[in-house]
Amino acid sequence: MLYFSNLKTFSVLSVIIITLFFAVPNFFSKEQLNSFPNFIPKQQVNLGLDLQGGSHLLLEVDTEEIIKERVENLNADVRRVLKKNNLNYSNFKVSNESLKFVVEDFNSEIQKEISELSMSNSQNILAMGDQTNLIITQEENTIQINFTEEFIKQSVSNAVAQSLEIVRRRIDELGTREPSIQRQGSSRIIIQLPGIDDPDRIKSLLGQTAKLTFQLVDTSVNFDPFNPSKAPIGSEILVSDADEEFKYIVKKRIMVGGENLVDAQPGFDPQTNEPIVSFRFDRIGATKFGRVTQQNVGKPFAIVLDNKVISAPVIRESILGGSGQISGGFDSEEANDLAILLRAGALPAPLIILEERSVGPDLGADSIEAGQFAAIIGFIAVIIFMIFVYRYFGLLADIALIINLFMVLGVLSLFQATLTLPGIAGIILTIGMAVDANVLIFERVREEIRNGSNMMNAVENGYKRALSTILDANITTLIAAIILFFMASGPVRGFSITLAIGIFTSVFTAFTFTRLLISLNAKRLKPNFVGLSKNA
Amino acid sequence: MLNISGTQINFLKVRVITFILSAILICLSIGAFFVNGLNFGIDFKGGTLIEIETSQEIEISGLRDNLNTLELGDVQVQEFGSSKNLLIRVEQQLGGDQVQQDVVQIVKDSLGSYLSTDINFRRTEVVGPKVSGELIQSGAIAIFVAVFAMLVYIWFRFEWQFSLGAVLALVHDVILTIGVFCITQLEFNLPIIAAILTIVGYSMNDTVVVYDRVRENLRKYRSKEITDLLNLSINDTLSRTIVTSVTTLLALLSLFIFGGEVIKGFTFAMIWGVVVGTYSSIFVAAPLLRYLDVKREWNTTSAVDSTR
Repeated sequence: MLYFSNLKTFSVLSVIIITLFFAVPNFFSKEQLNSFPNFIPKQQVNLGLDLQGGSHLLLEVDTEEIIKERVENLNADVRRVLKKNNLNYSNFKVSNESLKFVVEDFNSEIQKEISELSMSNSQNILAMGDQTNLIITQEENTIQINFTEEFIKQSVSNAVAQSLEIVRRRIDELGTREPSIQRQGSSRIIIQLPGIDDPDRIKSLLGQTAKLTFQLVDTSVNFDPFNPSKAPIGSEILVSDADEEFKYIVKKRIMVGGENLVDAQPGFDPQTNEPIVSFRFDRIGATKFGRVTQQNVGKPFAIVLDNKVISAPVIRESILGGSGQISGGFDSEEANDLAILLRAGALPAPLIILEERSVGPDLGADSIEAGQFAAIIGFIAVIIFMIFVYRYFGLLADIALIINLFMVLGVLSLFQATLTLPGIAGIILTIGMAVDANVLIFERVREEIRNGSNMMNAVENGYKRALSTILDANITTLIAAIILFFMASGPVRGFSITLAIGIFTSVFTAFTFTRLLISLNAKRLKPNFVGLSKNA
Repeated sequence: MLNISGTQINFLKVRVITFILSAILICLSIGAFFVNGLNFGIDFKGGTLIEIETSQEIEISGLRDNLNTLELGDVQVQEFGSSKNLLIRVEQQLGGDQVQQDVVQIVKDSLGSYLSTDINFRRTEVVGPKVSGELIQSGAIAIFVAVFAMLVYIWFRFEWQFSLGAVLALVHDVILTIGVFCITQLEFNLPIIAAILTIVGYSMNDTVVVYDRVRENLRKYRSKEITDLLNLSINDTLSRTIVTSVTTLLALLSLFIFGGEVIKGFTFAMIWGVVVGTYSSIFVAAPLLRYLDVKREWNTTSAVDSTR
């Protein structure tokens, strides 16, 4: 066992040198690395947000809102069909996920009509080949209509995918450095923003659905903006964006919507120098906008964002060119943000922030510094202790430990795993535990010597006998690390990664590198090399 | 030169005392769990945590009174490592996930107007009720899964008697670790779960080394009395147990002293766990085998030991 063939020696050393090679970039600055020749790897350890500073946000798409909207659409469709067929219905109830009503003469023709209308209104959501998205049940004269589970699932899934895209666009517009935006589970989105420790602006950008509509102001009733009476049928009361006390009565019908916008840019009104957002419609939007403005000259036209009126200017003349501008007493940052929101498009449903974790750059830097210092002190303590206990063999274990640490760093850089603060703790823990494999071996060697073996045999047998123990002992820790990896997220996951890497590298170095070092001295080995007195 | 090899300490002689000691500690832990409970951090009970650094020393009680006027419920202010570093915790607000977000702004505005020094916001964490509920659930599941996985692994590699003994020792360690957090009322958060899982791994590691030797000795000395055999096995592995515990503790102590405030709770749990785990593999796991009727006739050609 102590004999190492040249090939074996070569492969052991190559594995070590290659991993060490990948650790190299971590000891140079980014600028220095760029000046190095190409064959030198440039990937440094990927620092977690807790070490480099940054913000982590966990968002959830409000799926109830999506289902609610779907049910509301269905509600309108069903009533239209019933009305068209001159059917009198009563007890019309709209619950969270279904409609219920009592009607006489409900027949399969009407049922078919409802299904077809609902189908045609949700074309973009249904999978190919779906026959229906509704379940209609009839019990005497009581009709209940539900969406199929598949349809609900698909609606939510679509909305989440769409939200993800819009979140990405909004964040990209802000020019954030290397943001990571990922979907998690069925309705969640994880956003990682390195270098941002106060995500207020991003949070406020993501907190708005940014649904833009142009609606006519209802001028048919006298109206006190501070104390409105009930809105007439077909109209609704909306508050002003600038002053919640100020209200408007606006016709419900949406004349043009934000989905027809092709561009929005912040700017300044050349006359008043007030910040504005200028926008441009696509062809359909321009046609609609032109027609409305043509027919309603002299009337106020409300620009509504997320059910709040930004402004309601009076239409002076028809606007046919398909572009216009919004002014609503914003400052220039607000104008800029509104332009971003309009360009990125509206979210299909509100986003709820479930979790936020932000770390400033100072704390991250302090953590790295403290971690490094703790690692060095712990390292020195372990090195001294090992030499104290095992003398020459302890020294060999120490050399292996140093190699081991660099290997952990190399593997982390190679696989671009994320190093977090608990991850640093994992490395420091590895310093303490990595010597275990060697300890087990050395103790065996001592035992063999005490039982009368000569040094060579003792080392041989020591390695042989310790093998299964080392495997068993390390597999248990590895199991814990793997479970942690799958159960945890964020910084704690980083701990499981360094712990697992540490287990592999320490077993590897104990069985190859330390043994190689011992074998190089095989002829000169004496009992006192392993910390036993000479006459043991 | 340190050499603990060749000791002949009669560990099993004191087993009644150590069993009683363990039983008392377990009862204390369980008692503290029900009386004090765990001091959950925001990871598990939701809420807001803000760490600030100021350029001048701040009088905490004044700041606390000021923050309490905001009507955000329970607000805790504590020093964090130095008198210029403060940790502010605000309990979870009623009304779902969305409202938690407002707390940060309210507290930041209030700090800005109350404190006349520069404030550096070092860390802001907001955990809503949905996520905190999930985290506590997945944390508990992780610990159960880990213990169960160990049970299966040891069963697979040894025999059920060993598996049972090891898992009892493991449960002992986990209970004592949770117990020390109940008694000290140190904050129990997500990294502590990671620490407990690592303790599970470490304690198992220690136990496996002793058990491995027990199995080996069972084959070697077929007629040896079980108590003597267990004593011999513990003594055989004692030196290794101590050396590895010391190196691990050296590394952890260094982390505890120099590693910074953020990770202190985690390191404390680990140190405690290593001490308890080492104790339990010598005084709980091994002596338990005496009562578990271990099999004496091992199949000597088992795959793993073919090296022998």
